[in-house]
Amino acid sequence: MNFLKKYASYAFLSFSVFPLSVFADWGLNLPRGVTPFSQEIYDLHMYVLWIMCAIGVVVFGAMFYSILVHRKSRGAKAANWHHSTQVEIVWTVIPFVILIAVAVPATRSLIMMEDVGDADMTIKVTGYQWKWHYDYIGTEVDFFSTIEEKSNSARRRGSNIDPFEVEHYLRDVDNYVVVPTNKKIRFLTTAGDVIHAWWVPALGWKRDAIPGFINESWAFIKEPGVYRGQCAELCGKDHGFMPIVVRAVPEGEYIAWVEQQSQARALASEQKNSRNILARTRTDQ
Amino acid sequence: MSEAAAHDHHDAQSTGLMRWLTTTNHKDIGTLYLLFSLTMFFIGGSMAMVIRLELFQPGLQFVDPQFYNSMTTMHALIMIFGAVMPAWTGFANWMIPIMIGAPDMALPRLNNWSFWILPFAFLMLLSTLFMPGGAPAGGWTMYPPLVLQTGDAFPYLIFAIHFLGASSIAGAINVIATVFNMRAPGMTLMKLPLFVWTWIITAFLLIASIPVLAGAVTMLLTDKYFGTAFFSAAGGGDPVMFQHIFWFFGHPEVYILILPAFGIVSAIIPTFARKPLFGYSSMVYATGAIAFLSFIVWAHHMFTVGMPLAGELFFMYTTVLIAVPTGVKIFNWVATMWRGSMTFETPMLFALAFVVLFTIGGFSGLMLGVTPVDFQYHDTYFVVAHFHYVLVTGAVFALMAGTYFWLPKWTGHMYNETLGKWHFWLSTISVNVLFFPQHFLGLSGMPRRIPDYAVQFSDFNMVSSIGGFIYGASQILFVVVVVKCIRGGKKATDQVWEGAQGLEWTLPSPPPLHSFTEAPDPSSITGGNR
Repeated sequence: MNFLKKYASYAFLSFSVFPLSVFADWGLNLPRGVTPFSQEIYDLHMYVLWIMCAIGVVVFGAMFYSILVHRKSRGAKAANWHHSTQVEIVWTVIPFVILIAVAVPATRSLIMMEDVGDADMTIKVTGYQWKWHYDYIGTEVDFFSTIEEKSNSARRRGSNIDPFEVEHYLRDVDNYVVVPTNKKIRFLTTAGDVIHAWWVPALGWKRDAIPGFINESWAFIKEPGVYRGQCAELCGKDHGFMPIVVRAVPEGEYIAWVEQQSQARALASEQKNSRNILARTRTDQ
Repeated sequence: MSEAAAHDHHDAQSTGLMRWLTTTNHKDIGTLYLLFSLTMFFIGGSMAMVIRLELFQPGLQFVDPQFYNSMTTMHALIMIFGAVMPAWTGFANWMIPIMIGAPDMALPRLNNWSFWILPFAFLMLLSTLFMPGGAPAGGWTMYPPLVLQTGDAFPYLIFAIHFLGASSIAGAINVIATVFNMRAPGMTLMKLPLFVWTWIITAFLLIASIPVLAGAVTMLLTDKYFGTAFFSAAGGGDPVMFQHIFWFFGHPEVYILILPAFGIVSAIIPTFARKPLFGYSSMVYATGAIAFLSFIVWAHHMFTVGMPLAGELFFMYTTVLIAVPTGVKIFNWVATMWRGSMTFETPMLFALAFVVLFTIGGFSGLMLGVTPVDFQYHDTYFVVAHFHYVLVTGAVFALMAGTYFWLPKWTGHMYNETLGKWHFWLSTISVNVLFFPQHFLGLSGMPRRIPDYAVQFSDFNMVSSIGGFIYGASQILFVVVVVKCIRGGKKATDQVWEGAQGLEWTLPSPPPLHSFTEAPDPSSITGGNR
């Protein structure tokens, strides 16, 4: 019974646009996000949505009034007029004015988004079938990030693992993208095989990763936290299984992380070198 | 005269299968188109059922990801090129000669040919389901480099598209030749029914855009097999160039799918409101304006590829501008109802649902046109919801409305009104349960074209799937209504609907083999308000 009640209420919700903002936590609406850009476009989204709702109320209101009142079964007699130049000019001009009211703030946000200058740091993101590679430009840090093992085994057909039992099902990776808060981070996106798209909704944008081309975008994350997303451009069989996880931490913690990564990397390459030397000496013998 | 007699003789001679294979009669060919489209609607629909079944719950239960991608790809190709476009050509074949007072289409043999290409093209396309490597799975948009990973199916996909394109262009040429050469005396351009107007404009869109698609897919073919590198950055090409070329076809294409719907709704609403269409000439100009704008908005399908700011701004402004002529149309329909004397037979119900639901699709369309917010919406279920509102509750609902509207004229029998209303209400309720929650899924972060999803999307996916199954099943009722109506039923009058106006209603139901062998009386051509 509870099950039915739950779905009945959802069915009701799905017909009503208005409580969108009220139920923002229910996964009904865009996230506000954690960057100035994501918050600005959230407001823009709500602004346009409310304009659309207002137009809907007027147009559908007139239509349903007419359907209720101007019906033959109520004895309505049809009028015979069929045009009015004035009215037609009015309803051409009004939408035009509304569009200008939409275009102005949209232009402002877009100009802000496309200004990738003065970045504090740069991360190069490369999409592959089906994983991401992250390169922290100017540091030793670079790594691949693939879907986390538990999700990966659960998602296989016939795995008999309940997705609800897997934490962050399909939204977890082995290596997180650690970034500092309150820094302008420039993301360069590209790809090694087919087109992918790098998307973390909390940052407010997605950008295509295209082989042979490099796209620029940026984010300025204000709040520390873990933000999840996934590939958004069809890239073949496992397109649905290349998640993205960004972990934003205060600057100090970020610097420590970079150092630790660099050391781990240096250690790993040292070991690799010594293995190589060993191997060589062995062949020499 | 003797030629016409010989032609009649020929029609009378062929029976059975040969009649349909060799027919040059516009009504026979129209019927073939419509039945073909209905078949494809069910094939494409069953693929949608597979998609909704897999998405019913998180986790992969029924199909593998590759096959899932084939389903979304084939569903789109079949619904666009196999169901909606042939259906409009079918309506054009049946109605345009009758509406303009002509005996037949201008190019009857081309007409036969343009239809009979279709079954072969789709046999080719559907056969790929059984090939090594499976059916095309790179999305109907065929973006390289992904589409170049298609297996043996690849050349079949390309040639099927060439065939479909050839068929569409032939159909478009036929419509233009017919309307410009075969109008009855007195049927001036500004007296044409709006369905004819919207179809001429559609025909020009087809002729201008299909060759562009043909060029794009040919370049894909040579990239794959003949060593060219049009779309490969490694060889000096550009994968984004394909997207530009594809959408230069693709955006006019969406108006190819919807403009005839505007024409049908503009015929139905005045009929059942018993009042002339409001703003006939502004309807014509608005259609022209939409068609023009459709050629300069294409890049709004690809805002996230990383265009220069100027490009993004240009395509945002042109895109939102389409709302002006589209708004004019919607306001005109509402004004047509205003102070009318309405009744609500099935065609009217579908037309009214079209106005409301298409407008909702228009709202989300305008939202998608706002570039900075599109960086969030792009490639999510919000887009899926948007284009299904304009294509299913838009184009398909208009097809349903038109079918109920003219079915008595075509068959000579009235359809079963009770069943028709059941079909309407079941479809309208379920289609909203199906697509409305997808807005929420998209906004809360579910990308499109994924076979499995994070668990926070489970509830709405389940609701959507339930709506999908009911919507799919309801369409069987439509077939029942059509079959019953073809086989018998109350005899339809010539007029059929009390408020109907136009030349098609002056002919008997069903009309004779050759529609107007003599030009209709010019005084019977009122025009200008349908």
